[in-house]
Amino acid sequence: MDQVLVTAIAIATGIATLVLISLGLAVIFGMMRIINFAHGEFIMLGAYATVLSTNAGMNLWIAMLVIAPAFVALVGLGCERLLIRRYYGNLTTTMLLTWGLSLFLVGSVTALFGNTTRGIAAPLGSVTFGNYSVSVYQLFLIAFAALLVLGAALFLTRTRFGLIARGTMQNPAMASTLGIDPGRVYAATFAVGAGLSGLAGGLLAPVSGVLPNMGASYVAKAFVTVIAGGSSVLVGTTGAAFMFGPIEAIVSLISTPVIGQASLLAAAILLLRLMPMGLSAGFRRST
Amino acid sequence: MNYAGMNAGSLTFTASLVVVALGGPSVLDTFQVLQLSAYSSLALGVVGLAFVWGILGILSLGHAAFFGIGAYAYAILSIAQGESTFAVAAAILAPSVLAVCLGYFLFYGRVGDVYLSVITLCVSLILFSFMNSTADVSYTLLSVPLGGFNGISAVPPLNWPGFVGDFLTPEATFSLCFLLLAAVYLALQFLRGTRLGRIMASVRENERRCELLGYDPRWLKLVGFVISAAIAGLAGALFTANTGYVGPTVFDLGQSSQFILWAIAGGMGTLSGAIIASFMLQFLASFIGTSQLFNTSLVFGTVIIFFVYALPNGIVPSLQGLLRKLSRLARRQRRRPEVIGDSIKSTP
Repeated sequence: MDQVLVTAIAIATGIATLVLISLGLAVIFGMMRIINFAHGEFIMLGAYATVLSTNAGMNLWIAMLVIAPAFVALVGLGCERLLIRRYYGNLTTTMLLTWGLSLFLVGSVTALFGNTTRGIAAPLGSVTFGNYSVSVYQLFLIAFAALLVLGAALFLTRTRFGLIARGTMQNPAMASTLGIDPGRVYAATFAVGAGLSGLAGGLLAPVSGVLPNMGASYVAKAFVTVIAGGSSVLVGTTGAAFMFGPIEAIVSLISTPVIGQASLLAAAILLLRLMPMGLSAGFRRST
Repeated sequence: MNYAGMNAGSLTFTASLVVVALGGPSVLDTFQVLQLSAYSSLALGVVGLAFVWGILGILSLGHAAFFGIGAYAYAILSIAQGESTFAVAAAILAPSVLAVCLGYFLFYGRVGDVYLSVITLCVSLILFSFMNSTADVSYTLLSVPLGGFNGISAVPPLNWPGFVGDFLTPEATFSLCFLLLAAVYLALQFLRGTRLGRIMASVRENERRCELLGYDPRWLKLVGFVISAAIAGLAGALFTANTGYVGPTVFDLGQSSQFILWAIAGGMGTLSGAIIASFMLQFLASFIGTSQLFNTSLVFGTVIIFFVYALPNGIVPSLQGLLRKLSRLARRQRRRPEVIGDSIKSTP
């Protein structure tokens, strides 16, 4: 019984982690059609912001939930205004540009802080279920990921900015005739996406090693999840996370985390072979 | 863009590679010979990418996966057998088999261009983390330990086919590498000019129209993809034979981005450009690396951004454009020698 519960928590953590690391990418790729290769580095910057400000004496929760997303959103805004703005609609160019950006960020952080692993202790201690103990922070991550998806869904469908953003992505020309500046909406959406990545970095900083090239270990999983999710940003990404999270968690428990990652990728390739438009296209047809 | 396969330019380029291959060893010292052999094997890898990206329009961000599999296949088999003939063949075959499997799913699943780029990249990253995790002695293939992040060292160099232990001298390896580079370049350039190559270019320009004309773009893409994977595998084998070492970093993001960077810097749609750019940027990288002034990935990130921003056409097409402009200028000067100053001023 206890073992079932612990396994269930491991699976839920897998899903929550996938949701967290994919959400920022889903906003930037799903809404703006920009392949953001600097996504992993945005996560890395969020983690660094958290670790550095905590070490400087800041409260961990403020560092994680406020400083990390705010800092990375600012970085994202800067990148969008300086570089990406000029190449909207050109997928390959933006992809190469963000690739350059990714290397640039890794290089800058290595030059500034050195190629060493930093970390902070996970807060909240642990609880025991029979013979097993589970970190409370893990449970917090699961709850927070659920809240974040709910919040993002409400934000996109129920607020004015969400409506304007979705409208601009669908038809920028029409939005601009209605008096909305698409450039500003793009910039704000990119900043929100970057901020979400920064938040993910902050939240994962206590449970992972923080080093300049940590982004590379997330970027593949995030891309696979978002792409397999298909065109519908939230439903698709969450659905894909619910599918791949358990696969990765279970295979990792049976064998090694690396085989778990490989099986995630294999499942994604198989899914794209069967449903080339992604998971959410299948949802839409059935409903 | 120039669609003709064999022209004066490509024959001149091939000839100059052959001249370097035959004349190089007598001019260069041993260190330069070894360095240039390693550079030329990476240049061979980028030609395959320049072909599949520039001609067929497939942006494979995981080109390093094929290169790395070739490198590992060569290392494992040449150590296990003490002989390199079969190892080189396997290094070409193994990535091709992976490319067939992957290409079947990607092209026949009609996965979009961009998704394809991301998935190839993911394959390469997964291989990277897998190879990194094989440090334990229980991970062996043909009784050769994979070595995890330490990689496999003391890989034997190439030997004359069939003569075990009769290793090629560094000079002979140098000549072989450059001759292979010239041969592959010429073969791809020839392929571009054939009927098949022209249909491949039409797939890049407009896949739907090409399909409506009765060609099967999925098959053509698969063929091109496998060719580029086979070349990358051969390049990986030569690289390992030259350096005597292979590690998981052959699969990492840096390796993939180097190939992409060279292909962009050389210019889309040119094969010679990618080769020239790869040599130039490798010299730059080794200069930065030895001078320790800047972080390498910082510099490469900046260089990629610079090329996208300032020279989106790449080095060779930009130079060609400049030459064309200069020759037009010269012609105008010849026609009206009395107003040289004005004609220079009025040229945009």
